[in-house]
Amino acid sequence: MRKRFEMGAVVLPLLGIGLVLLVWTIVSQTVAPDLPSPLRTWHESRPYIVRPFFKDGEMNQGIGRFAILSLVRVAKGFLLAIVLGTPLGFLLGLSRAFYRAFDPIIQILRPISPLAWLPLGLIIFQRSEPAAVFTIALCAMWPTVINTAVGVRNINPDYWNVGRVLRLSPWKMLRKIIIPASMPYVFTGYRLSLGIAWLVIVASEMLTGAPGVGGFLWQEYNSLVYSHILLSIVTIGLIGFALDRLMGLAERRFQTV
Amino acid sequence: MAFLELRGVGKSYWTPRGWYSVLDNLNLDVEAGEFVCIVGYSGSGKTTLVSLIAGLMQPDCGEIRLGGELVRGPGPDRGIVFQNYSLLAWMSVFENVYLAVDAVSPQLSAAQKRERTDHLIATVNLSAAAHKRPHELSGGMRQRVAVARGLAMNPQLLLLDEPFSALDALTRATLQTELARLWMEERKTVVMITNDVEEAILLADRIYPLTPGPAAHLGPEIVVDLPHPRSSRALNLQPGYHHARRDIVEFLASQRRATNRSAAPETPALAVAS
Repeated sequence: MRKRFEMGAVVLPLLGIGLVLLVWTIVSQTVAPDLPSPLRTWHESRPYIVRPFFKDGEMNQGIGRFAILSLVRVAKGFLLAIVLGTPLGFLLGLSRAFYRAFDPIIQILRPISPLAWLPLGLIIFQRSEPAAVFTIALCAMWPTVINTAVGVRNINPDYWNVGRVLRLSPWKMLRKIIIPASMPYVFTGYRLSLGIAWLVIVASEMLTGAPGVGGFLWQEYNSLVYSHILLSIVTIGLIGFALDRLMGLAERRFQTV
Repeated sequence: MAFLELRGVGKSYWTPRGWYSVLDNLNLDVEAGEFVCIVGYSGSGKTTLVSLIAGLMQPDCGEIRLGGELVRGPGPDRGIVFQNYSLLAWMSVFENVYLAVDAVSPQLSAAQKRERTDHLIATVNLSAAAHKRPHELSGGMRQRVAVARGLAMNPQLLLLDEPFSALDALTRATLQTELARLWMEERKTVVMITNDVEEAILLADRIYPLTPGPAAHLGPEIVVDLPHPRSSRALNLQPGYHHARRDIVEFLASQRRATNRSAAPETPALAVAS
């Protein structure tokens, strides 16, 4: 029984990947002749994968180097998002008046695409790097804001009563009760925010031409090296998956109950 | 004038079907150092009554006075042990108790606060588990932490809201004995809410039945004229015990019949072991 389960855990995902590669091959051989097949993609991408950290110029680097450039940019945007979003979420959760005042504007800002923010960032900052970070932060902060607010509002009333009976100062109440009690929600917000930050990186690098996985993808499209687009896509997917898993671990670490 | 006084206290809640009167014209006097139990069916407004005395909510009418002072809000002079323990899940046993010690005695040095915390944890026999988090503890152990935290407030009045209702019978008996011992040692004024008539007789000097809601109020007092410390085994041999028990159960049952004739029936949840 146990053995069969382990077989399934290894064989079935491999079967799934195999099927996707098969469909990809068929599509590249039939309807889309410009689409490189998996085999061709591998051959043309090999130098970027086996020497992931080489550098032959700003836009010709190993995929690992590009990934790091993108990750650093995402890290900056994500940090800005949680530094702004967490206190905003606490204020929204704690103050009814603050919530009434700012919830409508948040609901309006939240669905705006990174493609719309980026030109605004370029106007404000005049340079592509801060504009990209600004765009990532503005798109990624909303799950943190909203989850933190929900977390604060869902704090068990008994915890509030403990604080009230002990007449804790507002500062102590925040540090000893409100922050720890809402931690699980806050970290779910962080995980979702990081996912969005990683989604936005490609768009912002494409538009600014900054070196990174997204910038590489766009440049190789313009230079007609299509297999590198697929290399970039696979890289983006793998890193996104790894980031989500890492944040999932952090989230579980902060489950308080 | 009594130490704790409730005069004509009433409380209603707004529900989609209109105002629901939980407590109506409730009067209570508790003298300093007394152990008073309030016994009633679940859903009869017992927790509302505790919240009012604790100051966590305000009565719609009437007044509550502690030592002559009007109760206006919550404060550590009324230590409270909540029904569901309400331990902070992210803190160890020590930290939970320390939070209360620190909040109530800011003038002490850190070492003195730690010493007092250790002492309180030892009082409820939990020293070995001081570093554990609440989720690592059994229900009985959690309840002991809650009692230690209640005592940490060094309150003039200790409020206990069905403190043992979630525990198994054996743990319950142990903790009842411990509570009786603590009360003998500390002689705090205690108001305890319970749905267990035997528990009330075991611990209290006086017992008030709370009539079934809506508009609950207290029935006639029943004095338990038995010497402390009492043991549940010896109680069965005392005629006073059987009198007290019969009085409470009969009063609550008659009130219930009266209510049931006028209102929709609910499930009875009064624990009476035979």
